[in-house]
Amino acid sequence: MTKPGRTLLKVQGLTKRFGGLVAVNNMTFDVHEHEVLGLIGPNGSGKTTTMNMISGAFQPSGGSITMNGQRLSGLAAHQVARLGVGRTFQLVRILPGLSLIDNVVAGAAFGYRKRWGAEAESFARGLLQRIGLGDHMHLPVGSLTYIDQKRLELARALAGEPEVLLLDEWLAGLNPTELQEGIDLIAELRREGRTIILVEHVMDAIRSLCDRCVVMNSGAKIAEGTPRDVLSDPEVIRAYLGDA
Amino acid sequence: MTGNGWKEIGFGAGLVVLAAFVPLVSDGYWLSIAVTAMMYIALATAWTLFSGPTHYVSLATGAFFGIGGYLVATGMSDFDISFWVMAAVAPLVSVVLAALVGAATLRLSGIYFVIFTLGLAEMIRGLVSWVQNNFLGSRGLYVLTDLTEAHIYWMLLAIAAVVYLIGWLIERSRLGFAMKIIGNDEGVAKHLGINTAAAKVALFMITGYFTALVGVVIAPRYSYIEPNLVFSPELSFLVVIMALLGGTQRLWGPIVGVIPFTLIWETISVSFPNATTLYLGLSFLLIVYFIPNGFVGLVEKLVKRRQG
Amino acid sequence: MSSGLHGPGLSLLSNKLIEMDILVSGLLLGGTYALVAMGLNLQYGVARIMNLASGEMLVLGALAAFWLFTTAQLSPVLTMIMVAPLAFIGNWLIYQLLLRPLVRRAKNQGQLEVDSILATFGMSFALVGIMVAIHGEYFTYSYLANPFEILGTTVALNRFVAFVVALIIGAALVLWLNFTRPGTAVRAVSVNTEAARLVGINVPRMSALSFALGGAVTAAGGTLISTFITLDASVGVIFTMKALIIVIMGGVGDMRGSIIAAVLLGLVETAVATLIDPGLTLVSAYLIFLGILLFRPQGLFGKRTT
Repeated sequence: MTKPGRTLLKVQGLTKRFGGLVAVNNMTFDVHEHEVLGLIGPNGSGKTTTMNMISGAFQPSGGSITMNGQRLSGLAAHQVARLGVGRTFQLVRILPGLSLIDNVVAGAAFGYRKRWGAEAESFARGLLQRIGLGDHMHLPVGSLTYIDQKRLELARALAGEPEVLLLDEWLAGLNPTELQEGIDLIAELRREGRTIILVEHVMDAIRSLCDRCVVMNSGAKIAEGTPRDVLSDPEVIRAYLGDA
Repeated sequence: MTGNGWKEIGFGAGLVVLAAFVPLVSDGYWLSIAVTAMMYIALATAWTLFSGPTHYVSLATGAFFGIGGYLVATGMSDFDISFWVMAAVAPLVSVVLAALVGAATLRLSGIYFVIFTLGLAEMIRGLVSWVQNNFLGSRGLYVLTDLTEAHIYWMLLAIAAVVYLIGWLIERSRLGFAMKIIGNDEGVAKHLGINTAAAKVALFMITGYFTALVGVVIAPRYSYIEPNLVFSPELSFLVVIMALLGGTQRLWGPIVGVIPFTLIWETISVSFPNATTLYLGLSFLLIVYFIPNGFVGLVEKLVKRRQG
Repeated sequence: MSSGLHGPGLSLLSNKLIEMDILVSGLLLGGTYALVAMGLNLQYGVARIMNLASGEMLVLGALAAFWLFTTAQLSPVLTMIMVAPLAFIGNWLIYQLLLRPLVRRAKNQGQLEVDSILATFGMSFALVGIMVAIHGEYFTYSYLANPFEILGTTVALNRFVAFVVALIIGAALVLWLNFTRPGTAVRAVSVNTEAARLVGINVPRMSALSFALGGAVTAAGGTLISTFITLDASVGVIFTMKALIIVIMGGVGDMRGSIIAAVLLGLVETAVATLIDPGLTLVSAYLIFLGILLFRPQGLFGKRTT
């Protein structure tokens, strides 16, 4: 396992207002190269909104996001993607009209490390093998199970060889067997040294996968540290369980 | 290129060669219909190039066509510029218009685009008339050339073939792949690094170019050009109907839509000249309710039934 | 010498008169446009049908007023009272028979929009074709065409009456939408169809009701417009365009937005027609539209969709 290195992504004072509602309030944290950062907190705490601002789906109301010194905040989603940010979505969004291989090639054709044609196809095949869809390669996309759809979406996100991978509740909605397979897969990515920001609710996954965690509540950061530290922080416990 | 690809090219080339013989075997009336049909084939294929993959209904055909026809007439009548120079220049003006319209509307949902293009031909006509009456002096705009009906047919055939070829090439290119992804899920497309607005505008500019070129090439047929005639909203609607009738999922759809529709249109124009608008309306309704995917959709359904 | 003394003074005065003229005329025109736009707003904002046959509905109302005035000397206002319920029923039938199948068939909002555009387009052509067969030429008639003094300028009485009636109808509509139960249900559907369904609102019925009501309001607008504008069977599409621009400019689903946008359009159009050229009214509408698209696509009062 590669040790976390230099700061790759810097989030500073990030704020998002929807009319009168402040969904994300002055968030500041760093993401280091090769680390898996868990962005956790109770429902509605602003985690996905923060992810959406990093990926360029939303524009921030204030603050900034920079990666490798390059400003990401204020850029359109396709520009952020081209700079090396890949993501999956909370509700899996695969491309039903394309074949499995084309779904993965889609991730490689326009993104950070572009590939096209035969080179892209063989790269996609390799990825599908590693991700566990090797046997399904020639099946129609509509026949995939939920976990396999998630695998496909992950393969697509990896196809561009992103600097940072954003996983938005990727482990949600899986049965216990699938969940273990999913955790193993992400652990494999971690061993490869990928930089990942993980929004998750599954405590086991957080404990076993994350190097560090940032805890959000009502849009603001309430704790930061190793999983063991934050998950035993009384403030965090109160946020999840409410005042007893 | 795969074997399938060469087969398609060969088939297409064969059709073009066959079509080229038409002026040699038909006389005045049928040649005239053939020219009209070929014009619509070129226009409808250019339309489908953009509106097929994006599902944005473009009603801008009349505007682009008008620019072609009007500029060639103005250039030749008022400024003594040759037909061929105008044929090179006019489509470029149209491309600029397409780029402007596209940049303004294609980053938004399809509704804005349809509404904007709905009145575009009419609006440009008003603008052009105003400019012509106040600044250029209203003179008749004549397009007098040595081009015969047969020449016009062959030029239109060439344009249609080129448009088809370009569409065919795009389908196999990264741009075509991007359009497929956009058609599946535009939000995902953006997150994969696709500049969706730019892709749509690029396609729209290609449509604008060839539509104007058709307008230029067909102008000698009418000899006298007037803004009212050449900036025709009706043309926009006709092209949409024919493309939808044929089916926009395949680039050859418009061809099978144009031919029957043109024949019926000619018959009705001659026999019931006052009923043409009603016929247009009924065709639209027929297509939307009973053949929403056009002839292409019907053919593909049949093929699927045979297979499964 | 005398021209030097009076010259600038007089031109200042006449400028003021022109401005007032434009202001009042524009306001009156805009008020009538507002009615047409509100009708379309009900159909698009609530029933989610982009009704490109809206202009033809307007012309039908106008044709009815023309016919009843020239044959039976019936006041257009009276005609309007008869036409509105007929238009209501007609549009309700159109929605149930022609548009509901599309709503049921559409897999998403985008497809419904495309289908409804094409279907209403077809309807618009069919209606134009029928109207041309009934009355192919321009139609206009003289009703209350006397001059009327207001705010220091002279306008035709018919424009003023049309404006007042439009105001009354518009106010009634806004009151109905904001202070009655069915009206509030209609507004709920326009804001969030799914949520409205969840709180027990019968969305299909409200959509049909809104579509029918929208058509009735548009037809009423048509009877009023016919008193001071010459129309013909094919002019509907221009009104559809303007109504669409107004609805988008004001914000889809927002009535007060439509009213304000309509008045703005009426003012700009009148100004352009008076000061530059009457043939450029559509161009000016487009310039406004372009501005909206570039700077505020959701309109004055619309919500930004992320």
